[in-house]
Amino acid sequence: MGVPEITMDVRRFGDSVAVVDIKGEVTAACEPVLMSAYEQAGATSKLVLNFAGLEYMNSGGIGMLVTLLVRANRQRQQLAAFGLSDHYREIFELTRLDEAITIYDSEESALDGVVR
Amino acid sequence: MTDTAGPDKVASAEQIGLSAREAQATPPRDSASWARKVDRLEVAQRDGVRGTNVAGRRLTGPVQGFGKMWQKTYRMQAGSQIAPEHAIAVWKEHFPEFWPKGNRFAGALTGINPGDVALLDLALGGGVKLSTGVFVLYADQESFTLMTPQGHMFAGWITFSAEREGDETAIQAQVLMRANDPLYEAGMIMGGHAKEDKFWAATLTALGQRLGVPDPKVHTTTTCVDSKRQWRHARNIWHNSAVRSVFQPPRRRASAPAQKSSSNG
Repeated sequence: MGVPEITMDVRRFGDSVAVVDIKGEVTAACEPVLMSAYEQAGATSKLVLNFAGLEYMNSGGIGMLVTLLVRANRQRQQLAAFGLSDHYREIFELTRLDEAITIYDSEESALDGVVR
Repeated sequence: MTDTAGPDKVASAEQIGLSAREAQATPPRDSASWARKVDRLEVAQRDGVRGTNVAGRRLTGPVQGFGKMWQKTYRMQAGSQIAPEHAIAVWKEHFPEFWPKGNRFAGALTGINPGDVALLDLALGGGVKLSTGVFVLYADQESFTLMTPQGHMFAGWITFSAEREGDETAIQAQVLMRANDPLYEAGMIMGGHAKEDKFWAATLTALGQRLGVPDPKVHTTTTCVDSKRQWRHARNIWHNSAVRSVFQPPRRRASAPAQKSSSNG
């Protein structure tokens, strides 16, 4: 299995919000990276995924996001996203992932939305 | 891989020197692999299958399903001589031919391409056929993914892929699913999961034989991703294609000369 070309950096906003900056290729192979970022985000009640640096995603990547969603739901964490291009937003809508992960247009609106 | 934390770490398009418009100007290289967005499925009737319970239905992912969420992986080592791209090309081109006898897959004549809708007749046992379908969500040279519509046994998708693992090629089918409604959930518990495991193991074995894999062996891994049932989706039962199939006449089958084969592409 190839090494995933992905970085996921975590920024915290107070105790309740964490933003994960995703840069690179999202495939099933990068699950350890995503779960590591999730662990770094810690016990926040809101987790926001920044897809502005997303370069590629296959169906395995969407499956991995579903797994993350389950983990977040189990911890009663709210999951949101921003920075999706039209193409990736359409994929979220096609797979109906947008019904569980709220999509915002920008980081500002995402932070406003999850804090509200 | 880097996993770093801190408020100074930023990765928006603006901060890596691209405006949002510039970032979207070049289509990502996966753009041709994904299906275009559809709200409801449209499909023409095809010979050899009943073709009900698909047109007008919405797609359902694991988020929309009812039962526990499972990830099941059926994996086969195919040796060093078969390239992953070749394995997937053969699988796409002859997909229905690898299905166990008694089940039918009527796809597009051009193979498996993003956005295609295939009609299925699946043997449930006792002579009952479930009429349903699948949507080709994603397809590239090393993988393809089918997603299910409302009323299918499960809400989710199946990804068929091949990859190099050391010196060998590994071929797999991976299902990420929830039973679509309480009736299906009961059915999965009472033998449905075992039946599905047999189905995909038999499919992979048939593919292995076609590819010339000597004595193909399929290894199955099952993981319960979420043990909670989503009771808010219990009403999915309204679309249950198994129940509907029982009351739908097999009207198309009399005119189908290909019905004696185990599949129909």
